[in-house]
Parts: sequence; C-alpha cells; structure tokens
Amino acid sequence: MADVATRTTPLRGTHGGSASVRLTPAAPAERLSLRAASGDVAALSRALGLELPERPKTSASAGGRTALWLGPDEWLVIDEGEGGLMAACAASGALHSAVDVSHRNTAILVEGQGAAATINAGCPLDLSLKAFPVGACTRTIFGKVEIVVLRTGEEAFRVEVWRSFSEYAFGLLAEGATDAAL
Amino acid sequence: MLLIHCPYCEHDRSELEFRWAGEAHIARPETIAEISDEAFAEYFFLRDNDKGVTYERWRHIHGCGRFFNAARDTVSDRFLMTYKAGLPKQPVADVAATEQTIETYEQTEGDAR
Repeated sequence: MADVATRTTPLRGTHGGSASVRLTPAAPAERLSLRAASGDVAALSRALGLELPERPKTSASAGGRTALWLGPDEWLVIDEGEGGLMAACAASGALHSAVDVSHRNTAILVEGQGAAATINAGCPLDLSLKAFPVGACTRTIFGKVEIVVLRTGEEAFRVEVWRSFSEYAFGLLAEGATDAAL
Repeated sequence: MLLIHCPYCEHDRSELEFRWAGEAHIARPETIAEISDEAFAEYFFLRDNDKGVTYERWRHIHGCGRFFNAARDTVSDRFLMTYKAGLPKQPVADVAATEQTIETYEQTEGDAR
C-alpha cells in the first residue's frame, strides 16, 4: 500500500465544452482574500509587486500574480507562480487582513468564441467587450452560486468558484457551452 | 429583472446580486441604556412601512459586498436613486413619485364587475 498522499483537485478528470467553447479546470494556484484601507494600499502594492487596482471592475497583473478588485477595500489576489503571498503581505508593514483561500476556490477556464454566451447562460452580466473589456473582473452570481469572473482575453474568461460549488458551476457551464454552439 | 445601480461599483447590476436590508436612516439613540422601553421599542421594532417612496438599505452581497441606501417607490417597485451609506437622506425628484401609470390590485379589482 502506498503511503503517499496524492493531491487531487476538485474538478479532476472533468472535461467539457462544445464546438465553440473549451472548458478546462485551471491548475492549482495560491489565492489571497485581502482587505485593507486606502491608506495602506501603496505599501501592500509594493510588497506584492503589483499595483492593487482601486477602480471598480478592474484588475492588475504582474509577475504571475493577478489582483482583482472585488470591493472598495477588498481584493482577490491569485498567484500562479511561486507563491509567497502571505509572506509578502506580512512583510509589507501595512495594516491589513489577509486570508489564504487557495483551497477554498478553484477555477474554470472558459475559452473560445462562445465564451461570453456560455457564462451568460447563468449570469445576466453584460459581458460585451465594451462593458467588460479584457482585464475586467467582478464578483457576481452564476445560476445558484457566487463566482468571480475575470476576462483574460477577448474570448477567454477565468471563473473562480468555491470548490464545493465547482461541480455545479462546471455542469452549468457545460450546458451553456452546448447552447452557445447551436 | 430589475437593474439596480450600485454606487460603489458605479454600475447597473441585476437584482439577483442584491439583498434588502431594512429601512434606512434610523439613528441609534446616543443614550440607549437610559431611554424608556417605549422609546426603545420605537427605535428597535417599529418601522414606517410607507406606501410610495421609501428610503431603504440594500446590500450588494454578491458584488462588492457593500451596504448602500436607495430611494424606492414601493408601489411601482422602481428604484428612484441609490447613494452611498453615510450620506444624508437625498431628496427625490417629484416627477418620479407622482407617476400615474401604476396598476395596483386595488385599482384593477375595484373596477371589476
């Protein structure tokens, strides 16, 4: 019997999509729920190596890290590189609240010409390029679950969802992908 | 589906993202330990429940998470205005409050023969 703990992801083995959309579970990443007052943003930005966005619906990206504006004092920071977000924040010297939510969330990548239509299957948000340009992000509702949507390209989105909701989100996205290809 | 303007997101968002959070502009008494039971009940339990324009707190719970204030017409269910929490009560333009195109249950059923 092997005595090695094998790491599995919540969406392991799932695949979905259609002729116009590709659905892929994203690779594991480090995530931070970060809250801080406006006076502490500059110090945290320096410590994290990216400019924390202060305008609604915007995100910032640098060195494998992405910071998503969720509220006036709240960000979701995703690190797809080497990690170390908690240590960076702790070293900033600024007053803040940082919670490691790496294992609370998982992400689904939605790519292809029907990507926006796929997400709109369960979400009434206007995802046209004019209203939701590349780099735009927001927390919203998808069917019955809360998601965070980030537009990573003109036809590419990253959907962050709580891991216990991820099967539901993936299933509804798969339905939407089928409809988007009709 | 209603679109509600969130003053923090500066964007019209679907009603699915919001939760109602009671009447707005209720000031907590500064000497709450000393006021009478009647005065406490007035502050704590009793709400106006006006028909027409009301001021309410709403929360953008599935968005930015912020509470804000809204002026809403409870007859037409129309949001007249939203503004950030902490601001004083904002006046509502009279035009919106007196529109006559509303069909209530009383109006339609009252004429039934």
